Amino acid sequence: MRFAIPIVVFLLLVVIFSFGLFNDPRELPSPFLGEPAPSFEVESLTEPGRIVGSADYAGKMALVNVWATWCGGCRQEHPFLMQLARTNAVQIYGINWRDNRDEALRWLKQLGDPYEFSAYDVDGRVGIDWGVYGAPETFLVSPEGIVLHKHLGPLTAAIWQEDFVPLIEAGGPSS
Amino acid sequence: MRKLAVFAVLFALGSPAMAIDTDKAFDDPELQARYEHIIEEVRCLKCQNQSIKDSNAFLAGDLRREIRRMLSEGKTDEEIYDFLVARYGEFALYRPRMSGKTLVLWVAPILLLLAGGFVLVNILRRRMAMPIDRDAAAEE
Repeated sequence: MRFAIPIVVFLLLVVIFSFGLFNDPRELPSPFLGEPAPSFEVESLTEPGRIVGSADYAGKMALVNVWATWCGGCRQEHPFLMQLARTNAVQIYGINWRDNRDEALRWLKQLGDPYEFSAYDVDGRVGIDWGVYGAPETFLVSPEGIVLHKHLGPLTAAIWQEDFVPLIEAGGPSS
Repeated sequence: MRKLAVFAVLFALGSPAMAIDTDKAFDDPELQARYEHIIEEVRCLKCQNQSIKDSNAFLAGDLRREIRRMLSEGKTDEEIYDFLVARYGEFALYRPRMSGKTLVLWVAPILLLLAGGFVLVNILRRRMAMPIDRDAAAEE
C-alpha cells in the first residue's frame, strides 16, 4: 500500500514516455485536416506558360503529391505512384516543390509521369500555403475541396490501403 | 613572441562566422527590429530545434522571405503569426499561444509544481510530527 502511489506515478510516466518514444516528432498534425485545401494557381512544369491549379480538380477526389528531384523519399514512392495512376483509383496532381525544371522533366521522362499535371512551385510559395515542410507529402482532397488526409513520407501500398482507401470509398466514387 | 606568432596565424586561419540571413536589412529600423524578433520566434519545421533565424534550410529562407513581404505590406505581428499557424500549426511558434489545444502546455507546469509542493509539504509535516531521536542527537 505504501508503494501504491510511486508505482502508479511510475507507470504513468512509462506510458507517457513510450508514447513519446514511438512518436515521430517530425510528423506534425496538419492544420488543414477537415478544412478546405489551399487553392493555388501556378505555371505547369511540363507545359511552360499553361497555368494549372486547384480549380482543375474541383469536384473530383484528388491526390495532391508534393515532390522534388532532390527528395529521396520521392524516388522511393514513385513506382507506387505510377502503379496507382494505372488503377485510376484517384487522379494524382503533383506539386513540384523548389525544384529545377530540367531535372524535374528528366525525372518524369526516366521514371514515368503519374501526374495529371505538376505545378511548378519553383519559389516554394505553394508549398508554404499547404504547410509543406518535408517532401514527399501527400494530401487527399475530397470533391468538396476538403483535406481528408495527409501523409508525410513515401507512400506505399500498405499505407494506401490502410489510410486512403477507406476515405476514398466513404467519399463516394471518384471520377 | 613565438606564441604570439602562432596565435596570430591561428587567428588569421579561423573563418569568420557568417550570418545565415544575408538579405538586405529594412530601411526602417523599427521594421527591422520586428523582423528580427519574429524570425527568432518561429521554428524551422525542417530542422526543428532551430529558429528560422538560425537555420539555413531553404524552407527557413522561404519563410523569412514571406515574413519580410508581409512586414513590408504593413501586416501586424499577430497577422504574421496567424499566417504561420494556419499553415504549420502552433508548433511553428516557439511560444505557442494559449488556446484550447495548447492549454495543457501552459497549465501542466503549474499543476506539476503545485503537486510537487503538496507532496513536499506533506513529507515535511510528517517529519516534524516524528519524535526527535534523542540518542542520535546526544552522540554529536
